[in-house]
Amino acid sequence: MHGLPDQLANGLALGALYGLIAIGYTMVYGIVQLINFAHGEIFMIGGFGALTAYLWLPDGTGLALALPLMILLGVVSAVLVAVGAERFAYRPLRGGPRLSPLITAIGLSLALQQAVWAFYPDAKKARPFPQIGGADLDLGFVTLSREDLFIFVSAPICMLALGLFVAKTRTGRAMQATSQDPDTAKLMGINTDRIIVMAFAIGAAFAAVAAIAQGFKTGEVNFRMGFIAGLKAFTAAVLGGIGNIYGAMVGGLVLGVAEAMATAYIGDIPGLEQFGGGSWKDVWAFILLILVLLLRPQGILGERLADRA
Amino acid sequence: MALLEVEDLRVAYGKIEAVKGISFTVEAGEVVTLIGTNGAGKTTTLRTLSGLLKPLAGKITFEGQPLNGVGAHKIVSMGLAHSPEGRRIFPRLSIEENLQLGAFLRKDTDGIAADIRNAYDRFPILGERRRQAAGTLSGGEQQMLAMGRALMSRPKLLMLDEPSMGLSPIMMQKIMSTISELKAAGTTILLVEQNAQAALSLADHGHVMEIGNITLSGTGEELLHDESVRKAYLGED
Repeated sequence: MHGLPDQLANGLALGALYGLIAIGYTMVYGIVQLINFAHGEIFMIGGFGALTAYLWLPDGTGLALALPLMILLGVVSAVLVAVGAERFAYRPLRGGPRLSPLITAIGLSLALQQAVWAFYPDAKKARPFPQIGGADLDLGFVTLSREDLFIFVSAPICMLALGLFVAKTRTGRAMQATSQDPDTAKLMGINTDRIIVMAFAIGAAFAAVAAIAQGFKTGEVNFRMGFIAGLKAFTAAVLGGIGNIYGAMVGGLVLGVAEAMATAYIGDIPGLEQFGGGSWKDVWAFILLILVLLLRPQGILGERLADRA
Repeated sequence: MALLEVEDLRVAYGKIEAVKGISFTVEAGEVVTLIGTNGAGKTTTLRTLSGLLKPLAGKITFEGQPLNGVGAHKIVSMGLAHSPEGRRIFPRLSIEENLQLGAFLRKDTDGIAADIRNAYDRFPILGERRRQAAGTLSGGEQQMLAMGRALMSRPKLLMLDEPSMGLSPIMMQKIMSTISELKAAGTTILLVEQNAQAALSLADHGHVMEIGNITLSGTGEELLHDESVRKAYLGED
């Protein structure tokens, strides 16, 4: 795993994972202009939900058999927590000062971390996640690790489904209308409260899928895993242009590839040897964010703010 | 029984009362206009009728049913459509998608398709640009789209808020003649306008609003010839 194609594949896998989480930030922001800082914890809860499903099954159940159930329980638990948060933490604050839901989100993020730490069995330390195992897949021009297969299959399916849903269905169109002008959407007969719940739910479901991918990648889930992943995904959402679902995925991929390339090659540049390797990867990610914010504040696919009248 | 009955309606933003107890009715088939300067409470009144704002007090009855406390998205299905101030079309959706959203609660696919064709017959420019993002239309074209979209719900009462705002004289004339066509076809309209001359010439009844109150009511004709109205709103001294 050292050639350029391998590093690229590695970066794309990481980026697709960031992109899936970023969808949740961007959809919620697009509709209610809230940065849901608890979204990283929704992701984490999705991971624990999937682990729980695996632990319920009898020992020795094959992963192929277990995976659908893990996805199901991961998605259901993340969606329930996200929808509950919307209903009981954010909705009562709607229409109030913009800062209140933001602070609530930060508080909720801490509360969810601590709840898992305190109440999930043995969650005070990292809990091992089932592994796909097996040798890397040699496709000739590129070698893929088996852990990354999950994200390479699930991310395109999720994106395709979301794209079709938003563009082709009546509810998807209602979602676009609500994000462009919520009051006027109500005048069309759209129940905007329901659209908002749906945005939270879709974001949570995608985050749960990403959490399973990360579980496979790192071999564990822990109560803190949402923090850095959430921060990276938020970066991806901003990078791609917050509010734009395709931007979120593009931002994730750019971020993932940039991180992988920087980790692999910066150390080879004369004079920069001490910056090589994985420990600097977060630095490169955030430098990229700062550059984009300076040069193209609306993000890669973002609309100019003037368009949002 | 009138189609719409408003009784002692009061609406406030926080502590500031924008509508201070107004009463009026709209009979089926007539055009009623609210005229007055900026800040008189006309837009606030319409936004309360369509459920976007909650009244402080008073009674709103539509076809004998109370509208107080009914969510905005449910009021449309009762037959009240609102084309809001500033047009508020969905800029990044196509013209056709905007029209389809106007029929969001309808299930009769054939009827919707027929009504979209009617909208294109009425406003041919919309049909020519049906796939284009609505945000690319000119102000007057956006107003046509906003009116077409409001009609897509087949409303019993059409509320138009400042349809002529910011339009060129030619476009304004086009919009006003569309309103009189709708009137001739029997559409019940509640029209809010700053162009008092045009609004009163069209209207069966008119009400003059000043800082939250209705200060004068009459037929369109009467108000058009009222001396105080002519002085205050028609630019005569």
